[in-house]
Amino acid sequence: MSDTVQFELVSPAKLLLSEEVEMVVVPGGEGDFGVLPGHTPMLTTVRPGIIDIYENDKVAKSIFVVGGFAEVSEERCAVLAEEAIAVEELNRDDAEARLQKANDALTAAENDVAKKAAERELLAAEAMVAACGA
Amino acid sequence: MPNLKDLKIRIDSVKSTQKITSAMKMVAAAKLRKAQMSAESARPYAERMEAMVGALAKSFDGVDGAPELLAGNGKDEKHLIVLVSSDRGLCGGFNANIGRFARNKIAELQAAGKSVKVLCLGRKGRDQVRRDFGDAVLDTLEDLTKNGAQYDDADAIALRIRTMFEEGEIDVCTVVYNKFVSAITQEVTPLQVIPFAVADTTEEATEEGQDAELKALYEYEPSEEDILEELLPRNLSVQIFRAMLESFASEQGARMAAMDNATRNAGDMIDNLTLTYNRARQAAITNELIEIISGAEAL
Repeated sequence: MSDTVQFELVSPAKLLLSEEVEMVVVPGGEGDFGVLPGHTPMLTTVRPGIIDIYENDKVAKSIFVVGGFAEVSEERCAVLAEEAIAVEELNRDDAEARLQKANDALTAAENDVAKKAAERELLAAEAMVAACGA
Repeated sequence: MPNLKDLKIRIDSVKSTQKITSAMKMVAAAKLRKAQMSAESARPYAERMEAMVGALAKSFDGVDGAPELLAGNGKDEKHLIVLVSSDRGLCGGFNANIGRFARNKIAELQAAGKSVKVLCLGRKGRDQVRRDFGDAVLDTLEDLTKNGAQYDDADAIALRIRTMFEEGEIDVCTVVYNKFVSAITQEVTPLQVIPFAVADTTEEATEEGQDAELKALYEYEPSEEDILEELLPRNLSVQIFRAMLESFASEQGARMAAMDNATRNAGDMIDNLTLTYNRARQAAITNELIEIISGAEAL
């Protein structure tokens, strides 16, 4: 077996990243999980947070993702994210503006569906602000 | 005999029309390339999503308690048709075809005693439907494809549809769009999104037989129900996004073909008019000569 996994990051608009990596840490819905070659096949949700790509035991790349799903198999890890931004491109002001907007949307939400969507957006914005601070 | 000056004016006017149509054709060709590219780059996400939903849906097959977005709410009374068309005309039969299809469908559903609502994406589709079924049109969203289809727009539309579904305003939702077959062919395609019709895997079943076995081995975290609950709303957005992308690419293809035709027709027309013009000019000259000669003979 090879000692790398094929990591793919896909957004609705395009395939953002597809490369061989040694290890990748994904913020799963139930907690972060690392994917090494030979991982058990798994389907899981992804919460808003940072994906770390490791090379030589160091973080080579960090990408902030807003929710989605991850599909893991023995030699592959595919993350479907609604949005993905490289951490170094994150902007604190933008993040806070987004948080503010999400808060407003939550207060304005009139029905369950809108409320749920607003709550999700709020979580995403909070994670974004946290990622800026990191 | 048409007047020489009139002919000249007509030729000039057709020529300038031809210039416009050929420019439009080139613009459409450039946009088509872009639209095709964005449709292609959106494919990986949609395919993965489809595979996941397919795998999960199988485990709910025939089981009670499947999410309503997948299984439906058991009713079939209130239909919503999302009509994806373009904002601009001059693209051949693009809007007419989809409008006709939608009208037939609405008439059919109404004849069966169901209530039908229509959500139009694009001005031209609304114009097609409004004449016969003005009451059915719920709303029209315009300028969605100004800069190509955007996922955020699709997401907002999906949210709106979901809200209507959960509040019991609709039971079934179908997206009608022009599927992109090739640059010159589009196919009007209805796609049922609520309840979600899991792609019929008969043709893929044979080659994906092993895949299906693999899928059964997945571990789910959290539970399958929870993942499906998250997955379905997004799947709805993705399906709508895909329909928008396809429709946009189709629109450009249709416009390119229509403008190509128009340019060619204008060329034919110019040839004909020029012929007539030259004949008229020749006739005038001959006439003059005859007059001069007969004048000289009379002397």
